[in-house]
Amino acid sequence: MVREFIGEINALVWRELKKFFGNPWIIVMMIIQPLLWIGLFGKAFNLTGLFTIPPEVLNNLPPYVTQQVSALFNQMMARLFGSSSIDYFSFMATGMLAVMAFFAGMSGGMSLTWDRRTGYLNKLLVAPIRRESIVLSKMISASMRSLVQASLLLLIAMPLGLKLSPAGIGPVLLSIASLFLLGLSMSALMLMITIRTRRQETQMMAMNLINLPLMFASNVLYPKSIMPSWLQAIASVNPLTYTANILRGSLLMGSSASMSSLLSDFAILLGISTVFLGIGIAVSIVGLREK
Amino acid sequence: MSKAVNIENLRKIYPGGVEALKGITFDVDEGEVFGLLGPNGAGKTTTLNIIATLIKPTSGKAEVFGIDVSSKPGLVRRNIGYVLQDIATDDELTGYENILLQARLYHVPREKAEKRIWELLSMMELEEAARRKVETYSGGMRRRLELAAALIHEPKLLLLDEPTLGLDPNVRRSIWGYIRRLNKELGTTVILTTHYIEEAEELSSRVAIIDYGEIKALGSPRELKAKLGGEVIELRLDYIVNDQLRNIFESIDGVLGVTISDGVVRLKAVNSSSLLPQIISFLNAKNIKILEAFIKTPSLEDVFVELTGRKLRDEEGSREEMFRFRRNIQLRRR
Repeated sequence: MVREFIGEINALVWRELKKFFGNPWIIVMMIIQPLLWIGLFGKAFNLTGLFTIPPEVLNNLPPYVTQQVSALFNQMMARLFGSSSIDYFSFMATGMLAVMAFFAGMSGGMSLTWDRRTGYLNKLLVAPIRRESIVLSKMISASMRSLVQASLLLLIAMPLGLKLSPAGIGPVLLSIASLFLLGLSMSALMLMITIRTRRQETQMMAMNLINLPLMFASNVLYPKSIMPSWLQAIASVNPLTYTANILRGSLLMGSSASMSSLLSDFAILLGISTVFLGIGIAVSIVGLREK
Repeated sequence: MSKAVNIENLRKIYPGGVEALKGITFDVDEGEVFGLLGPNGAGKTTTLNIIATLIKPTSGKAEVFGIDVSSKPGLVRRNIGYVLQDIATDDELTGYENILLQARLYHVPREKAEKRIWELLSMMELEEAARRKVETYSGGMRRRLELAAALIHEPKLLLLDEPTLGLDPNVRRSIWGYIRRLNKELGTTVILTTHYIEEAEELSSRVAIIDYGEIKALGSPRELKAKLGGEVIELRLDYIVNDQLRNIFESIDGVLGVTISDGVVRLKAVNSSSLLPQIISFLNAKNIKILEAFIKTPSLEDVFVELTGRKLRDEEGSREEMFRFRRNIQLRRR
């Protein structure tokens, strides 16, 4: 029984990935938007640059003032961005990795629309497979796509100026796991919406309603501490925030990363994802059973 | 002979109140090719979808090899192959991979699947194209691929929903050949829906004519035509047909009925080939010139028109259906 179940999921994930890699244009098209964000916003809107003191100012100050001023600035930087050595481009690019996984997860969940339109979904529903397999295989393949897309974006962002300073193997694995979880929960959310709404226009609306606001209501573009308190409240239940935290901690902070805050962020992400997954899977399966 | 399918008083009311099936009853013998003939929206696909466990009946009974579709859908699914109306092959995968995926979804063991895939590909004459991506396939090839895939788990019952919709006439004929072949060689019971008269007539041992969710007639194509009664003599005359002439026609022995439309006289007759010379000499004596004379043996189309009062075309359906319909036609014509 369990072997059959795994076999079904395996077969369907194989299909999705085969289709995904068989169509490199989708990969390219999807990466363009986050890339534009990184390239335009990341380079132009240099938040950390605002907090650095120009050398001519420093040179005109007495040494003890220089020390005090730079200590003060370092404190501010650390409070806002987590580390004083971080630059805005790296800060924002890592945030965009999370956004990439988020987008890929959502579009993976929405791919069921096409399967329904072509009639493929009916073909699956007639096959002697569990409804859970249909739902889970969509989600698993969507999160795998998330990982692939995020890795590709990372490779592109490095020559553009992303300065990696990994905090070790454990944290890096943690960041991979968090990208996967984010993809999983976003695909669950989108799958649920896709199954419950038949009109494609509604699905597109839902997608637009979710992705941009959630991106802005998170710390991917700017630190949470400069947000008004109501936005902070949204950001602190937004899985994007925690994924970005984990990515920054494990990829940028090097030895100054705090393992305990990485783990606590991961625990919260895990909690939020479990809720998303639980609701998404349950609603999707009920939706497939109806008629 | 045991029954492959047993349907009793099956009703389906869709949410929104459309009554797609108004209580139909029929059964299908093991090993036969059974045709459901009717226009779009008649309830053909709904019937197949219920048999295939895709939708639940509102009331009534549907059994496949004695297994109830509502209470044991999982078991039914293992015993049937369903080629849906929509072509849903994965274009990015090769023909071989498409069937392999199907094999994995139907839990066919790997070694067995490998052997069977090639057998089916050869049966459908797709061996050479097997390693090519399906996006390069023609419409007829896709259809054959779907047939092969649907047979991978050796189903005892194959459901075909409009198997040749939108195909060119010659391709349609070749698909008929494959359907006959799988029925003969594998002994697979087939239920097919169609709105092509010729298709129902060519393939099915028995046909159910269905319209507005009701079975209007059921029997072998021959029985159905016989039921309509005799043949029809059609005459086109160089004469304005009046009631007097109509009365004369009606009084001729062997003429069962007269209808006149657009100057064409149609005589329902029992023994038309011997009646026609009589009528010709009778009209000659009256100096009425005959422009054309035909003897028509009834087709299933005539049976259909007689039973439902309409032709088999008029399309209607949801937006989604139209989209699929058009896409299918595009795919099949490629």
